[in-house]
Amino acid sequence: MSTATTDTVTKPGPGMRFTSAAANYIDERTSASGFVRELGRKIFPDHWSFMLGEVALYSFVAILLSGTFLTFFFDPSMTATHYQGSYVPLKGVEMSVAYASTLDISFDIRGGLLMRQVHHWAALLFVASIGLHMLRVFFTGAFRKPREINWVIGFVLFILAMAEGFTGYSLPDDLLSGNGLRIIDGMVKGMPVIGVWISYLLFGGEFPGHDIVPRLYVLHIMLLPAILIALIGVHMLLLIVNKHTQFAAPGRTNQNVVGSPILPVFAAKAGGFFFIVFGAIVLIASVFTINPIWNYGPYDPSPVSAGTQPDWYIGFADGALRLVPPHWEFVFLGYTWSMNILIPILVIMVFLVLVTFYPFIEAWITGDKREHHMAERPRNAPTRTAIGAAGVTFYGVMWAGASSDLMATHFMLTIEGVIVALQISLILGPIAAYIITKRVCLALQKKDREIALHGFETGRIVRLPGGEYIEVHEPLNEYDRWRLVAHETYRPLMIRPNERGRITVGQRVRAGLSRWFFEDRIEPVTRSELERAHHHE
Amino acid sequence: MAEHHDSAADGSAVELSEPRTVTSGTAVISADRFENPGLPVDHQRVTDLDPAQERKAERRIIWLFWLSLIGSVFAIAAYFIWPIEPGNMTSTRMNNLMLGIGITLGLFGIGLGAVNWAKSLMHGHEEVEPRHDTRGTEATRARAVEIFQQANAESGFTRRRLLRNSLIGALVVAPLPAVVLFRDLAPADEPHELLRHTMWEKGTRLALDPSGAPIKASDVTVGSVFHVIPESLAKLGHGDGYLEEKAKAVVLMMRLRPEELNEAEDRKDWSYDGIVAYSKICTHVGCPVALYEQQTHHLLCPCHQSEFDVANHCEVIFGPAARPLPQLPITVDAEGYLVAQSDFHEPVGPSFWERER
Amino acid sequence: MAKISRKHRSTGRRSPLATVALLAIGLLTTGGAYALATTTATAESQAAAANEQLIEEGKKLFAANCASCHGLNLEGSKEGPALVGVGALAVDFQVGTGRMPMAFQGPQAARKAPQFTQDQIDAMAAYVASSGPGPALPDERFLEATGDAAKGAELFRINCAMCHNVAGAGGALTEGKWAPQLKGLDARYIYGAMVTGPQAMPVFNDLNISPEEKRDIITYLDYVSENPSVGGFDLGSLGPVSEGLFIWIFGLGGLVAITVWLTARSN
Repeated sequence: MSTATTDTVTKPGPGMRFTSAAANYIDERTSASGFVRELGRKIFPDHWSFMLGEVALYSFVAILLSGTFLTFFFDPSMTATHYQGSYVPLKGVEMSVAYASTLDISFDIRGGLLMRQVHHWAALLFVASIGLHMLRVFFTGAFRKPREINWVIGFVLFILAMAEGFTGYSLPDDLLSGNGLRIIDGMVKGMPVIGVWISYLLFGGEFPGHDIVPRLYVLHIMLLPAILIALIGVHMLLLIVNKHTQFAAPGRTNQNVVGSPILPVFAAKAGGFFFIVFGAIVLIASVFTINPIWNYGPYDPSPVSAGTQPDWYIGFADGALRLVPPHWEFVFLGYTWSMNILIPILVIMVFLVLVTFYPFIEAWITGDKREHHMAERPRNAPTRTAIGAAGVTFYGVMWAGASSDLMATHFMLTIEGVIVALQISLILGPIAAYIITKRVCLALQKKDREIALHGFETGRIVRLPGGEYIEVHEPLNEYDRWRLVAHETYRPLMIRPNERGRITVGQRVRAGLSRWFFEDRIEPVTRSELERAHHHE
Repeated sequence: MAEHHDSAADGSAVELSEPRTVTSGTAVISADRFENPGLPVDHQRVTDLDPAQERKAERRIIWLFWLSLIGSVFAIAAYFIWPIEPGNMTSTRMNNLMLGIGITLGLFGIGLGAVNWAKSLMHGHEEVEPRHDTRGTEATRARAVEIFQQANAESGFTRRRLLRNSLIGALVVAPLPAVVLFRDLAPADEPHELLRHTMWEKGTRLALDPSGAPIKASDVTVGSVFHVIPESLAKLGHGDGYLEEKAKAVVLMMRLRPEELNEAEDRKDWSYDGIVAYSKICTHVGCPVALYEQQTHHLLCPCHQSEFDVANHCEVIFGPAARPLPQLPITVDAEGYLVAQSDFHEPVGPSFWERER
Repeated sequence: MAKISRKHRSTGRRSPLATVALLAIGLLTTGGAYALATTTATAESQAAAANEQLIEEGKKLFAANCASCHGLNLEGSKEGPALVGVGALAVDFQVGTGRMPMAFQGPQAARKAPQFTQDQIDAMAAYVASSGPGPALPDERFLEATGDAAKGAELFRINCAMCHNVAGAGGALTEGKWAPQLKGLDARYIYGAMVTGPQAMPVFNDLNISPEEKRDIITYLDYVSENPSVGGFDLGSLGPVSEGLFIWIFGLGGLVAITVWLTARSN
């Protein structure tokens, strides 16, 4: 348990001579030894869920590498050409240069298809792992002070990742991506006042025009990645400054961090994990087709394919559009209000804003200004966990909406039935998820209390002299017990008049929210409770 | 980061300096809490206890790195062994598969080897590092405040208010020229005017998509669906706005039994002997609404599942669309070809702000 | 596909005369656009007798198996549409793909194993064709996958893909109906569906999509069926939804399993 290491500089062995000379050379010019001193033995706690952000980071590296390869061959031009490559069912077809060069990457450049598939699979994995990482941070309360800003940065990264994904999805200029852009165009046009102008400027004239692909390309390979990389840098820097959270365990306190040092253990694990993530992406890319653009043909406003869907991370927005009932549009003051577009956009915006600002809302309710470095078990914050479950359900229903047609065909249902069921679930699902999750959390906390007080059930039945049967419980040792009693709870806020003797509206709202959060709570077992329990036995 | 106390950094799970007291809000802090029992005794791995196991683990890791080497070399070889033969899809598939498998092995070998090394050979004990308040120490903060005050005094930033506010004003306005610069992202036209017109005009023949062959009314049998473009569109090149015009002008034409059509009085002459033509562009967000069911006369949009009833002027019967599909009034010319009576009587496609203007 | 159709023919037990007779009956009873006048009609007189016999046999089969819904005289009922003038091709498609007779009344008759031999189907087709003019079986040369795949692909995208999906994987229609998947389907049934417009599917007559163009479409579908998905397993060609599910369940799922191993204490 000691970290004490000898500071004496030992003479380098024969194999180390070059390394030490090089290190010396660099340090004398960069003062790099200071970094090594600060970071080299930094401690990272070990828990599987702490690796999810790394999956995101590493898949981003895979995206950068494969994407750079693709830029050498991709030509983002919408000029018309006649395809003369290998793929027979498109030979001689008129199409944009962008689509033709994507086909050439797929069919005529060795390893080109592999890199395309690595790029696309890695993109799907990137956004998925960010999502899962955010869920981990949310459900363990790892967004609390001092990490609120990093939560917001992470959230912006999530949005940027989706933007990167969508711009990339649109580049091949095939039928699928063209219809995706058509939907974007339709949505933009539905915006009040500026809609038509935004669409007109975006597409450089009337849809589809000849500008959208090169414009999205610049966003996709320059502007968005630059912002993304910068923000990832800040995200990581704040991670180092704040140090990682850890789960409650013996010896782990709010004032320390227990785990493996960067050099060598964590570096080896994290570095090795990079190769594993990259390897997994390449494996998937070599065995499973993704986005077979050659099936879709060049973009043409007339055809469309059954099962036209966006990539999974845009699915929730597509689903939100699908779940709107008919006729949500009216004319007011001579202008057209497309509520069938505005309402889903508004709902999504409100949802995203709530996610962004959740840390600040919770901090305001608890009034807790301390730093929190212990990751909470989800059950120990029942209301937050229930809110999270409701949010996940809400998102999930919208997401499912985007595949309503596939659900209908694969489960032998009617499209109309699926959509109506999802419309109902969008309202009732989150409520049900909230109630169930909260009750489950409280029940689990009760079980934890029970075990902390009375120990584990052993399954041994003993008959007492009086003829009574009891099951023998084995008490916990102090290490095991600590995990069950280490957490804190909050009490609902009492409304008190402020200095001027008034009760403000803000106070009332805060007290109301506080009651909602903390009225139902199970407090952890205390020492005296345990003593009393022992006396009873 | 640079604020760490060097002396406190080593050796103990216990924080040396007193933590700053800040409000804990409504948190319940009980004196009756359990004490943290401290780190348990370290656990020993087989590789820590048994040198034979340690050697075995080392060999295993060496093998993994060798596997990586083999994989990478295999990938290089695969690049040449499985080349792409133009037109042979199987060769492309093999190239993708073999190259990928080689690279996968190359990466997995390194990854699994490194992780195994960390797990079974590297120093396996957990270590402890103390945390400090994220905010700077009192001294640092005091110094920062002092710097700001000094800078303020030396510059007069708060004292010279007009000067400061002039600077802020100038900074706010400076980026605005950039907004103007974006006007020429698109040509000089008034965009919503363009949305009101399509290529259809009086006498334009209805033609097959994509060949542009004109269609006679007698060609259209009951139960048929024709994907239609204006005859003049087929002559347009991609550089002359083919896609832009097509994006507005595509039409779906069906023939029903005349008695199946419930036509409004004022639109009775828009169809011809049960043949009706409707814009193919969804009034929701613009996907091609092309799924026609000849028995139910329903049109379904595959993007967001709006359903339109062709027998009733394509009114919306399900899904998020708000308006019926615009109808193209048609008739036949002297040679029996189907022609448009005029352009659409309303803008096609998704709704927009100025639509009713 | 062409291969399959050849195999199909060899399994039938009908005499060569029956084919001639069928063609002849088509010529006798149909006219105008649907008469595929490319075949010769020299065997007319000899065939007439055989014809009568075939129609008679078909009528019996129809009365026993189909008439409860479609009526004894093809007049139809609440359960099934009238079949006067639907043509031999419609019967060949519906019965040959097992859609008819229907297993139960539902939104749509599903494809299943055919319930009759090709001889019996031909007999019923002859009977139905004798009721009035309707589309007959196409000329063999339009069923060969020897057309222009690129042209076929373009026509497929414009006329078929919105329901059947660009890769022929099928898709959803309204009220529980669906457009079936098309991979590995016998060319005669692809042709038959286009001409006769079974169930919800609209009709694509020869003036909309010419027989040569239909052959191009068949050629494209044959290409898609014959050539493996280039990038590896195609996950059902269902597009981004199956890709998304795959990356969440197997991609991220697998990596999470690895993180559990990676952070577990080794023993």
